[in-house]
Order: sequence, then structure tokens, then C-alpha cells
Amino acid sequence: MLEIKNLSVSYGAISALHGISLEVKKGDIVTLIGGNGAGKTTTLRTISGLVRPRSGEIIYEGQNITRTPPHKIVAAGLAHVPEGRMVFANLTVAENLAMGAYLRTDKEEIARELDYVYSIFPRLKERIKQQAGTMSGGEQQMLAIGRALMSKPKFLMLDEPSLGIAPLLVKTIFEKIVEINRKHGITILLVEQNANLALEISKYGYVLETGKIILQNDSKSLRQDPKVKSAYLGG
Amino acid sequence: MEWFFQQLINGLALGAIYALIALGYTMVYGVLRFINFAHSDVLMLGAFAAYFVTPAIWKIFPAQSITGALLITLVTALLCAGMGILIELLAYRPLRKRPKLTVLITAIGVSLFIEFTCQHKAVFGSKTRPFPQLLPMHDFHIGNLLVNSNDIVVLGVTVVLLVALWFIVQKTKIGTAMRAVSFNMQAASLMGINVNRIVSFTFGLGSALAGIAGILYSMKAPGIEPLMGIQPGLRAFIAAVLGGIGNLPGAALGGIVIGIVETYAGGIAGVSNYRDGIAFAMLIGILIFRPAGLLGKTTIEKV
Repeated sequence: MLEIKNLSVSYGAISALHGISLEVKKGDIVTLIGGNGAGKTTTLRTISGLVRPRSGEIIYEGQNITRTPPHKIVAAGLAHVPEGRMVFANLTVAENLAMGAYLRTDKEEIARELDYVYSIFPRLKERIKQQAGTMSGGEQQMLAIGRALMSKPKFLMLDEPSLGIAPLLVKTIFEKIVEINRKHGITILLVEQNANLALEISKYGYVLETGKIILQNDSKSLRQDPKVKSAYLGG
Repeated sequence: MEWFFQQLINGLALGAIYALIALGYTMVYGVLRFINFAHSDVLMLGAFAAYFVTPAIWKIFPAQSITGALLITLVTALLCAGMGILIELLAYRPLRKRPKLTVLITAIGVSLFIEFTCQHKAVFGSKTRPFPQLLPMHDFHIGNLLVNSNDIVVLGVTVVLLVALWFIVQKTKIGTAMRAVSFNMQAASLMGINVNRIVSFTFGLGSALAGIAGILYSMKAPGIEPLMGIQPGLRAFIAAVLGGIGNLPGAALGGIVIGIVETYAGGIAGVSNYRDGIAFAMLIGILIFRPAGLLGKTTIEKV
């Protein structure tokens, strides 16, 4: 469904990605793990069009989207929940969700989507009129995911959904991610520092280190890999 | 007492015009985080647009009719909206990713460019022209107070525009998108929002308000020339900062406050020459004691 070939990205003179290639098959959860500054976020930002690559190709459903602007990539069915959630703190929960459905015009369908988001995250429904900035980190993460779902994506990218969230909520959110994938057939590319969790719910994994993919395998095998164990799974 | 209320009416009418201009400064700041110094020149262009459009419209509709005045205002608003969109497209958009200081200096350049181009004799020339009387004038006496029909028109038009703007920004999809872009441009683009289109819309909306403000200002001071935007523009800029830059109700409040203070100061013998000094003293005071402005929220800069 998504294929990245030889992608290189640099910020000015500093190069962030050195020719990475990866593939996400339809219906899968694929994870990208790695330490701080490995290039995980840059990878996602390049796919969604926020960052222009220096070279390489991004093919989504047979279409080359390498230099497509972000708003057109969303229109193609690709949604990105960015690092740090980036909910619109000055907007209410309802307005945030409405912005997620910005490109859609069918009111009935939007209403159906909204019910679906509320069924996954009932907490959001209780807070419809609340300013998003006043919610807890976990609630904001739910909102960020819900907002992305409002565009009715076929492909969802999640950047560190566990970051800065109470451990109990992390578990809930990961369960929801699995539910979104299984029940609703949305393909997911998950970026995580919490490698344990990410490898547990994903089918296939890539390990990124200083802008290069150093390992890739199905997630089960990666969890047994001695290198991954010592570097990312805490022994 | 009588003097107090008389000045209050004059101040409100003047403040309403400042409020309309200040909204444009604050909207652009909200979305792009810089002060569009060419905004005051759009006001001037609005006055000239109305000046040139009026004779043509009065050929179709009777002179000084309400329909005619509305049509003149509409055409002016549209022309100014186009002008604002064009300024952003040509001057600011190519610099979107540059440091804000670059854009700020460019804005000053655009302002000077418009002012001096318009002063050229092939364009408007530098001499003052009489602004047509768009509506018949009446003086109303309420007790001992004198209320001019122009003041009522200015206040009425401003209230209608403020309500309309509030509705657009708070209740419509494009307004919500404006607020989203203002909070985080990248996150907004991840929603499928075409950020460039929202920026154009913001410039168009602010410039239309400036154009209408240009008409209202010229109704009160009916002599127009290419540098006429500088004074009201400067005061509206102070008003926008006073109210809290980026904050729409703040800009409206700031405009009213500056208008009223200016009018009272102008009405006191010996103080009237210090009107601008007083406005700037207020600006400095607010920057020292409440830097976020009257209605602005203090934001914590993350380091």
C-alpha cells in the first residue's frame, strides 16, 4: 500500500535520513522503532508532505506522492497523527473533530464518522464543548487520533502515541489502535520509542538508527533479536 | 457633563473605525505572526476606490441614495479584498519560511511602495481631493447633544461588520479553519486544509474591512490623499497591540479605547497636541505592565 524507496532527507546541511526503504502492506500494523533522533518523526513528516525529501520516492497505492502538498495527501486517504499530538488547543473538541473532516462534505457520513469516533473514545463525547488545550495528555492523544479518523483514512500514521501519557492510558490507547486496525481495516504505520508495546501489536517492524534502517523483520522475530533486546527492550 | 457625553459619541465613532482597521492587523498577525504595515495603505486605496467608483454608481442609482452607498461600499470592499490578497501573494508568500524580521521589513517596503507610487502624478497625485458625500447629512439634537448622521452610520456599519466577522470566525467552517491555521499551520495542513487559501482568505477579509474603514474615515474627514492611511493605521496598530495582538475582541476593544482617549485628549486645550503621545504612552504602559494586551492571554514560551 505504501512503499518508500531510497528516501533521503536533510535539514540544511544536516542530513536526517540516508536512503531508507520500507514497505507497508494493506491491512497491517507496521512499526518503526529507534532511539531519539534516529529519524522516525522525519520519516512520517516526509510521507505526509510536511518535509520535502532530497531524493527518493514515496509511492502510495501506486501513486507517486513524493512532492505532493500535505492537504492533497490527506485527500488521498492518508492521515498523520503528529508527534506531540498538535491538537488545536484554542478550539473545542467538537471543532477539532470537525477540522479532521475538513475535506468531506457529506453531512450524514460525517455524523456517522463522529459516532464511530465517540464509540472508540467515549471520553471525547463527554468533553465536546471543552477547549482541547485544557484536557489531559491522554485525552488530547485520543482527540488527535479521533481527529485523524474523521478524514476517513485508509492509511494512518501515528507518531509516538505513548509520549507523555499516564501508563494506564497508554494501554487503552494501544488497544484502540489495534481495534482501529482490526475492526475497521485501517492500515497503520506506528512510530514508537516504547519498542515493547509497538512490537507486541505490530506485524512487521523496522529499526531505525541515525537515519538508516539497520534491521527489519516480522515483529515476533525482532522481539527475540539479541540486538533489539539489548538496545530497545531493556535487556 | 454635556461635554463628556458629546466627546464620548465622537470618540465611539472614531474608535469604531480604528477597531475595523485593528481587526485586519490582528487577523494577519494571528495567522502569519507579523504586522502587515501595508494594511493602512489598503485603507487609503479603499477611500480612492470609493472616490472613483461613486460617479459611476451614481449614474445608475440616485446620488446619496442608500442603495448607491451600499453598492459603493460593496465594490470598494471587493476591490480592497483583491488588493490584500495580491499583496500577500506577491510580497509575503515567497517569504513564508524566512525569518519574521524579513517579512516585517518587506511589509514596510510594500507600504512605502504603495504610498509613493500613489503620490506620483500619473496615479493619484499628492494633492488632497474632496471625498463625495455618500449619504445626506443630518444633525440630530438629543437634549444638548449633537449627533451627526455620519456618526450613526459609522457606528451602525461597524456593529454589523463586527457581528458578521464574529459569525464567520466562530461559526463557519472556513472561520474554524482560520483559527486552526492560526494555532498550528502544519497541524492544519494535516487536516487537509489548504493553508495558502486560508491565508488569502484572511488577507481578503481584513483588507475588505480596511477598505470599508477607509470610506467611513473619509466620511468623517472628507479629504483624501495617498498618505491618509498613516495616521489611522498607526493608531489602529496601537489599538491591536493594546487589546492583545492576535485577539479579535481585543482589537475591537483597543480601537474603541484609543478612539475615545484621542477624542477626550483632543478636546482639552493644551493637551490636544499630545494626542499621539498619549496613545503611545498607553502602548508603552501596556507593553510594560501587561505585555499580552488587555484581552490577550499570556503564553508561555517553551524553551
